[in-house]
This record gives sequence, structure tokens and C-alpha cells, in this order.
Amino acid sequence: MTTTAPSHATAASRGAARSGRAVAHGSRKAARRRQLAAAGVLMTPFFLLLLTVFLIPVGTAVGLSFFSDDQPGLGFGPERTVFVGLRSYAAVLTDPTFLSGLGTVALYCLIYIPLMVIGALALALLLDSGVVRLRSWAQLGLFLPHAVPGIIAALIWLYLYTPGISPVIELLGKADITIDFLGVHTVLPSIVNIALWSNLGYNMVVFYAALQAVPREVIEASVVDGAGPVRTALLVKTPLVRSSIVMVAMFTLIWALQLFTEPMLLSQSSPMINSRFSPSMYIYDAAFTRNNYSLAAAASVVLLICTIALSYGVTRWTSRAGSAEEATR
Amino acid sequence: MSASHTTALRPRLLGRSTVNAVVALSVLYTLLPVLWLVLAAAKNRDALFGSDLLSLGDFSFVQNLRDLFAMDGGLYGRWYVNSLLYAVVGAAVGALVSVACGYAFDKYRFRHKEKLFGLVLAAVMVPQTVLALPLYLMASGAGLVNTFWAVFIPVLFNPFGVYLGRIFSQGYVPDEVLEAARVDGAGELTTYLRVSLRMLGPGLVTVFLFQLTAIWNNFFLPMVMLSDQELYPVSLGLYQWNSSATVSPEYYPVVIMGSLLAIVPLILAFALLQRFWRSGLTAGSVK
Repeated sequence: MTTTAPSHATAASRGAARSGRAVAHGSRKAARRRQLAAAGVLMTPFFLLLLTVFLIPVGTAVGLSFFSDDQPGLGFGPERTVFVGLRSYAAVLTDPTFLSGLGTVALYCLIYIPLMVIGALALALLLDSGVVRLRSWAQLGLFLPHAVPGIIAALIWLYLYTPGISPVIELLGKADITIDFLGVHTVLPSIVNIALWSNLGYNMVVFYAALQAVPREVIEASVVDGAGPVRTALLVKTPLVRSSIVMVAMFTLIWALQLFTEPMLLSQSSPMINSRFSPSMYIYDAAFTRNNYSLAAAASVVLLICTIALSYGVTRWTSRAGSAEEATR
Repeated sequence: MSASHTTALRPRLLGRSTVNAVVALSVLYTLLPVLWLVLAAAKNRDALFGSDLLSLGDFSFVQNLRDLFAMDGGLYGRWYVNSLLYAVVGAAVGALVSVACGYAFDKYRFRHKEKLFGLVLAAVMVPQTVLALPLYLMASGAGLVNTFWAVFIPVLFNPFGVYLGRIFSQGYVPDEVLEAARVDGAGELTTYLRVSLRMLGPGLVTVFLFQLTAIWNNFFLPMVMLSDQELYPVSLGLYQWNSSATVSPEYYPVVIMGSLLAIVPLILAFALLQRFWRSGLTAGSVK
């Protein structure tokens, strides 16, 4: 059985006679088959899941969006499913509640993503600068909200936004400031705050880990060149962790587009959040409140296309920015 | 660092204290809401609405705890067990499945490998809300709606775990180990189970922890799939109790106490498994 190992087989076949070469070749083939079989066994469970909870559902969503249940005249008789082409898409894209949901999420992304990426990166750079005291305690404190489930983060902040319960509002009241955190113009920033609170520390740790991997010689060299700590942080360290920045921005974007949990919970207490506040809430409302599956499916596909297009845009844009930067060096 | 010592000393000291102040403020921002939760959980309802949190007069932590587990016939205990089952068992099985797949992506050559891997990465991008309706319809077709499995099976799927598994396999399992095992005549799967899996241990724990957090956080899927309160995870149960609280305020203290208890498992997991997930974060970001 020693010839089954490919390295042995190549070594042996080099000096061997024609017949020996054939044997080695055959056993190499057998080894290859065994490896393929092993790869198959190791990958099958995951790909079964991929098929059942990803590929088929995506296919179903696309399929559903082209069909609709039609009630025959007077509502008697069995429902028929008929092909309606792009009618559901037209209905979704002309529905002002869906468009306003898209607008809300776009605005949410525009506020939230820059705040998150810049805030987390700034904190990581500060922690990496070496002047912060109790650094590991600070990291632990910043990371703590990651252990708080999204719905509970929303609950905590909902109470902190509620007059009568919130010590924040009471404190502000003593200073003669009254803010309705769940008002028309404040509800979106309030949601941004919840998301920021939940994820800031986690992303900071991601950036910090990447900064730790920057070779010390690079930083020492920039110090020798006369760069101060701020210049070193912005012009030397930040470009070196670009891949982490892209990754964090991507994941933040993908999660932000799914905005659901926080507004869903806040809607229990705020009339400013209707049941179609974000596209995800629109999908939920269409599918499970109005039972309009084709409309929900069409909205899902629109959201999916937006997600893919924007993620693709982020990767393209950052890779172009990266190559431009390399060219100027 | 030693250049122009005396002139730069004052601005540097100033910078140093500014940096520390900014970090301290950020830590207060992240810690205070959790501290509020702890204090509020110890208050009875009147004190909660009096929002006088620091007075220790009406301390009723134990009473709130008792109320929590007595409310609605002890539903909370039920939810807690459910959440633990979904999250711990789901994350354990899910991590094993994903890491095995990632390992195969790293160690074996086969046709269309990178295309398949691209498909896995694409799956990371797809929003859960897009999959919810078709999953619901499929589960309803299979008679699984409103059962344990309707939530348990979809949460096993973790494409990001496959990505991490591939990176960990590159980093922790040298190809020479596999060669040596082949020379010794060991089967591929035996090698995986006896040798590679042990080397992948820290990576496996990282993927487990990521998935544990995700499943413990999961809210949308149970909301779509479950109508039987007995099957709810904590997240969905608290959501429902909070909506009851808007009409009957006796739910407020139990929601707050329930939220506090729901944080405990993840904090424990992160504290106990700290050295693993730190390595995992690095692996995920550097590549």
C-alpha cells in the first residue's frame, strides 16, 4: 500500500520500468478516487443544507414572484395559480409604501455605515496607539454589547427612549431639554443608535486584530521618517488594514439592508413606525398579514437584487480605489 | 519617538488625555445601558416608573426573578430551554458541518471548486428576510411549520463558517500531515476524524461561537415559523411579552429581568472561549 501516496508514486515511477509505471499510475488513480470520495462525504451535509435552505428557497421566491393566486368569479371554487409575468414587480415598484421603505433604508445606510466604520476604526486606532490605559478592559467593555441579542438591545434602548422609565430623559429634563426619541425626525437616528451600540465593539475588535498584524517595522520606519502618531495612524496603518475595512463595510451593509428587528420592536411603542417601515417589514407584512405571496416574493427579489448590486459595487469600488492607490506609490 | 522631546511634551500629554477620555466615553456608552438593565431588573414596578434607579429602598431582585418564572405558567423557563437547544445543539452541528466542508475545499482538488466556493460566498450575502417566505411555504408543505425542526434545520446553514473553515484548515492543518497519514495507509476520513479535526479545534470553537451568537439572536425565522408559544425562543417570547406590556404594565419587570437572564449565556460563552474567538477574528479579517 506504500505506493498509494502520490509523492511516492511519482518518485517510484521516475526510475521504474514501463510495467511499474502503469501500476503506480493505477494506484494513483485509486488514491485520487478515494480522495474525491472523502471530499464528497465531507461536503455533502453542507451542500444538502445549501440546496434545501438556500437554493430552492431563492428559486421559489423568484418563481412565486411571477405567479399569482387568482380568485375565480364571486370567490367560489378553488383558487387557481396563474402566470402574471412582471405584474407583481410593477405592483411593488409603484407601491409608495415599498418605495418609502427603500428610501428609509437608504437613509439609514447613509447615516449608519459611515458612522460605524469610522467610529470602529477610530477606536481601534486609538487602542492601537499604545497610550490607552487598561486597554484590555476597555476592549472588553466595548465588546460587551455584542453578547446582547439584537432584540434585547432594542428593548433596552426602547426603555431608555421611553419617558417615565428612562433615566436619560429625566436627566435631560432636569437640564430643560425635552426630546421625543421616537418622534418623526428622531426615530431613524434612534434606530441607528441601537445598531451602532450593538456592533461598534465587535467591529472595533476586528480592526484591532488587523492592526495588530501590521508589522512593527513599518510603523517604526514611519516614525523615523518624522510622521507623528496621527499621520502614522491615518496614512500608514489605515491603508494597511484596507481589506478589513472592506469586509466590515460589506457585512454592515448587508445587515443594514435587512433592517427588521429594531423597528419591529420599536413599532410596538411608536406610531412613527408603520408595518411597512423597511423593505423587510414590507415583505413580512405582505406575506404573513396580507397573505399576498407573489407581492412578498417580488419585494424579496427586489431587495435581493439591491443587496447583490450594492455589495458588488462596494467590492468593485474598493478594488479600483486600491489599484489606483498602488499606482500612485 | 525621542525627537524633539521637550517641545512636544505638552501637546503629547494633552493628546494622551484626550485619547483616554474618548475611549472612556465610548466605554461608558457601551456599558451604561447594560448597567441600567442590571439595576432596573432589581427594581419593583413602582420604582421602575419612578426611574429613581440608585435608591436601594425597593430592591426586589429575587421577587422579580420569582415572578419571571411564574408568569404565564412558567413559559420563560420553557423559552430558555428552547433557546439553549436551538443555539447550542444547532451551533455544534452547524459548526461541524461547515468546518468539514471548508476543510474539503482546502485539502482536495476537484472540478469547479472555485465556482462552488463562490456560490457559498454568495449565500453569505443573501438576506434572511428573502428566504423566509419560501422556507415557510416549504415547511408548510412538509408539515413542519410550528415544529422544532422548522427553526432548527435552517439555522444549521452557515456559509460564513465554510469560509472560516477553509482559512483555518489552511492555517492549522499542514498538507504534510495528510501526506504522512496516506503513507501510513490511513483512510482519508479516518485522518480527518483522528488528526485534522483535532488540529482544527480552535477554529471549530470559533465557528461554533459565531453561530451560537447568530442563533441566540435569531428572531425573524422563529417569528415566521412558530405560533405555538411553547416552542418560542427567548427572543420571540420577550418580543411578545413586551407587546403585552403596552397594555398590561405588570409585564415590564419580567421583560427586563428576562432580558437580563438572556444575556448571561453569551457572556459566559465569550468569557470561557475568549482565546479561541480572538484567533478567529484575526483569521477572518486578515485574509
